[in-house]
Amino acid sequence: MRDQNKFLSIEQALAEIKAGSRIMIGGFGLAGYPEQLVEALAASGLRDLTIISNDLGSPGVGLGKLLTNGQIKALIGNYYNWNPEVAEAYAEGRIQVTLLPQGSFAEAIRAASVGIPAFYSAASAGTDLAVGKETREFSGRTYVLERAIHADVALIKAHKADGLGNLVYYKTARNFNPIMAAAAALTIAEVDEIVPTGALDPESIVTPHIFVDVIIRSA
Amino acid sequence: MTTLVPDSEARVRIARRIAREFLEQNRKLVINLGVGIPTMVTNYIQGRDIFIQAENGMLGVGRLAGEDEIDRQLINAGRQPVTETPGCSYFDSAASFGMIRGRHVDATVIGAFEVDQEGNIANWINPNGKQLGVGGAMDLVTGAKQVIVGMQHLTRDGTAKLVKRCSMPITGFAEVDIVVTELGVFYFTDARLVLQEIAPEVSLETLTVLTEAQFVVSRNLKTITV
Repeated sequence: MRDQNKFLSIEQALAEIKAGSRIMIGGFGLAGYPEQLVEALAASGLRDLTIISNDLGSPGVGLGKLLTNGQIKALIGNYYNWNPEVAEAYAEGRIQVTLLPQGSFAEAIRAASVGIPAFYSAASAGTDLAVGKETREFSGRTYVLERAIHADVALIKAHKADGLGNLVYYKTARNFNPIMAAAAALTIAEVDEIVPTGALDPESIVTPHIFVDVIIRSA
Repeated sequence: MTTLVPDSEARVRIARRIAREFLEQNRKLVINLGVGIPTMVTNYIQGRDIFIQAENGMLGVGRLAGEDEIDRQLINAGRQPVTETPGCSYFDSAASFGMIRGRHVDATVIGAFEVDQEGNIANWINPNGKQLGVGGAMDLVTGAKQVIVGMQHLTRDGTAKLVKRCSMPITGFAEVDIVVTELGVFYFTDARLVLQEIAPEVSLETLTVLTEAQFVVSRNLKTITV
């Protein structure tokens, strides 16, 4: 957890990210992704990025911009059919793509956040997505060993932050954001609103502040 | 080839027949619905204790949002704007798939490119180089207690989708429990595909021609009712 002030400008926040970083980005489709952080990352021109996200938005929209700009070296994620530029770039050898079943992808991020190096899931056993992965039988069923997914940086979207950086979310904009917040070495949260410490009901806090390093407010 | 049942009628019939599968159980159920025909099931289970789970992190998904209700931060897993139901809840993606993997979801309703006579399903990718995505299909077919496939009986080219052996990349092996098409309702029982219901538009002979998979006919064969 950072000692210094967590509340930075978007320029200061972006200065924390280096070319070649592994970056988790929250969101599902166009719901719950940190719009301004993604815009700023696209404008930064930082290259050779590994982007870890559920999908890559739509062509030229949201996370899609990063691909259109040629900033991506590799993708680790789940569903790129909403952005056909991904299959194109992959077929032309411009990017690497690692696909995981959505539940295994989510759990691999969660595992990273709780210090678990790998876990077994029945999803994908015997399929093309399990090629090269270790398997093991438990009670007669085959399971695939999936490894935790770590990142240098997580860019996430939350609804509100308090003065300490505790976060609450909004409806299905929550999706991958809380698990990514806890899985990356550095977590930058974009929020709609900042409220005084103590103003959030402790029972409603989803992401405790220890997981949040930098906060920027959506303009 | 001639269309035995027009597209829109086929889709409604499949969705209504799957809804009946749930209504007849007369108990609280948690179900997950894939995109397309499966999502249409929502229309026929209103007012019952059937809770729809969306893998992007919601339990208690309501009907699709009307024009004036759209909130782009409130969507189902097919990215369609939806509404809330009383008592709905939100959770993160890992918790959502924990529900699925942990056998807390009673049924998943999904579409498919192919289902074969072994109960294998191929629905995650058409390997034409234009797609790159898996979604939650592999987690759902291995995690949900029951796997119900809702699909039209034939491809647009008129070839069978119920086949002897899947030719497309497999999503899950021997996971399918029920297949509902506009022409028939098939259950996998003791590792055999059993025709339980048949559409009024086809004879058993015609259905056999249109179904590449081998199936046996239930002694109780009925006409599809929705």
